[in-house]
Amino acid sequence: MATTVHEPPKIDLDRLPSQGSGNGGWRNLVPAGGDLRRVKDSSPPPASTGIWVGLAAITMTFAAFTSALIVRQGAAPDWRHFTLPSVLYLNTLVIIASSITLEVARRQVAAFMSGAQNTETKKDQAASPARWLYITLFLGLLFVAGQTFAWLQLRAQGFGLATNISYSFFYVLTVAHALHVFGGLGGLVRVISKLHNSVLRRSTLDATSRYWHFMGALWLYLLLLLWMKL
Amino acid sequence: MHGTIMVFFVLTTAPFAAFGNFFLPIQVGAEDMPFPHFNMMSFWVTFVAFLVLVTSFFAGDGPTLGGWTQYAPLSAIGAVGGPGQGLGVVLWAASIGIFCIGQLLGSLNFITTTLDMRTRGMSLMRLPLSAWGWFITSVMGLTAFAVLMPACILLILDHVAGTSFFVASNLVINDQVLPHSGGSTLLWQHLFWFFGHPEVYIAIIPGMGIVSHVLITNMRKPMLSHRVLIYSMGALGALSYMVYGHHMFVSGMNPVSSLAFSFPTLVITIPSTIVVLMWLGSLYGSKLRINSASLFSLGFISMFISGGVSGFFLAQPSIDIMLHATYFVVGHFHLVMGVAAMFGIFAGTYFWFPKMTGRMMNETLGKTHFVLSFIGAYCIFMPFHYLGIAGNVRRYQAFTDDYLIPLIPVHKFITYSAIFTGLVQLIFVFNLIHSRFKGAVAPNDNPWEGTSLEWSTATPPPHNNFGDKMPVVYHDPYQYSVEGASADYIMQTSPEKINSPDEEK
Repeated sequence: MATTVHEPPKIDLDRLPSQGSGNGGWRNLVPAGGDLRRVKDSSPPPASTGIWVGLAAITMTFAAFTSALIVRQGAAPDWRHFTLPSVLYLNTLVIIASSITLEVARRQVAAFMSGAQNTETKKDQAASPARWLYITLFLGLLFVAGQTFAWLQLRAQGFGLATNISYSFFYVLTVAHALHVFGGLGGLVRVISKLHNSVLRRSTLDATSRYWHFMGALWLYLLLLLWMKL
Repeated sequence: MHGTIMVFFVLTTAPFAAFGNFFLPIQVGAEDMPFPHFNMMSFWVTFVAFLVLVTSFFAGDGPTLGGWTQYAPLSAIGAVGGPGQGLGVVLWAASIGIFCIGQLLGSLNFITTTLDMRTRGMSLMRLPLSAWGWFITSVMGLTAFAVLMPACILLILDHVAGTSFFVASNLVINDQVLPHSGGSTLLWQHLFWFFGHPEVYIAIIPGMGIVSHVLITNMRKPMLSHRVLIYSMGALGALSYMVYGHHMFVSGMNPVSSLAFSFPTLVITIPSTIVVLMWLGSLYGSKLRINSASLFSLGFISMFISGGVSGFFLAQPSIDIMLHATYFVVGHFHLVMGVAAMFGIFAGTYFWFPKMTGRMMNETLGKTHFVLSFIGAYCIFMPFHYLGIAGNVRRYQAFTDDYLIPLIPVHKFITYSAIFTGLVQLIFVFNLIHSRFKGAVAPNDNPWEGTSLEWSTATPPPHNNFGDKMPVVYHDPYQYSVEGASADYIMQTSPEKINSPDEEK
């Protein structure tokens, strides 16, 4: 029988499990008070993997809505085409802008973290990313307000959820997206409050910004779909 | 309601969520799952979903009569469809929508745990087969429940907002013309079965993992090929998305689609057969330790084969048209998915009970439970196949047609068998409760002489699974009867160097 002797496995030092009492993950904390100096730049992988897995699930949900739309449009000749409320295009600009401002904040934090090992003096830099985060939060709220305006506008014109199946899909897709945007807004509020009050993990910010960018991309996709089909 | 409760709240939650939440973090060597809040939420959300479902027994004119598949248009037209079709369906859809959220949160945790929380030395191929079963199931759960949830939302909207997703134009029910227009009843079936078929694998793949894990420990040798078994379970998961249309052969779907769905349905028998042959080939010549857990594992294999063979018939549209909605189908899926998955749950319970509680379950009662359940299950579900071939349609409340009257003795036999088998389960309930408090104390942390990480920690495992010292893994999960080794089995945490042809690099 051919046999080989195997050594114990080589261990990737970056993957070492934390030793001791089960509060795993508390390894890279940003200290309280927005003081970013003692940040350690080593995100734990679970937050990163977790957000991708979550986004995969959201993708499946909207893929299901999309296929339902296509099948339902072909099922009967009652599909009514209509012009999308023009405020949607303004909202699109707003959500793109919010992605940019969030990215500015994220890069400022990242730059600070990578410089943190060398310089210990730039205490006031926590203020700047916070400012961009507030702007992102405002733009996010503005987007939801803009969407609400679009719904109200359609309703004022007498087009409700059950008026025609094309309106049903418009409301379902945009409301489902807006609900997911609320999740992103919750994430932003969490990031801001952690930056000010307690401790912010780099991974929390990264996961929140990935989710937020995904919401922007999803909106672009939905706008294209609605523009083509409605 | 029987189907809904069993498929969602038993066969999905028990083998996957219950055993998985307990043992997956331990088997990968993690202190906990990465998102404990999600973990807790998934439990409570599922609990709320169950409460919402149970509420429908007491609300309005009772629970829905639409079964676990809730076919449109009956499910979408509201109270005009009859008792339970108004509020009952809304509560059903709300309950299942909430259930989906719980499963999505759970799946997210399972996937992340498996990918990111493994301890030092625990490569993916060193995961036990049970962990692989849960991992594959969680990937399926994530994609399948993410599709069922929007379907439930659309169904609720058809009820409460008067939309027309699933109800066609000019439908007359009880002399009333419904206001809906243009909806597609097939759309519901597509959305439902895209979830529904993966769901039956969500119910069975954790069982496959558990049974493999239990059998290996009792055979004292690894499977013929660890990798092939994992790949086959993965192939089952992937193919399960491509076969869902075989539930719709008689739905009026394009016959070309039937053919397109028939082919992968026959292809999916290949990984199923590989898994079964892997079990049988590994069992061949092994000195199996006979205990309740290993007996239920053998029972699982038996049920899976018996139920699987009838799948060959149903996979072909020409035969399925004859057998559709007959008791043949009932016999098929109850054996392959219902009883087999239940036997997987029993095998897991008898096997891991000592680790969870520190006490052993009574073996005499366990073996009695197995023998009577095994006989009882066959007595119930085998005659169903005969009834189906004889043309006995399911979901009738009385069999008054000429050709059905001679079949009534068979129904009586099945009913007696079902009552008998149901009573037999009281042995298990008694054993479970009695052993929990008065059972023999487990002799040590590893009563079955297993090798995986759950057997190297304390009993019951501490809150952070491993106490002060995280385990380091040196070996494949199943190093039994290794030539030249110091013992019959080498634990994954043992730093002993061994000569093994099977060891992964």
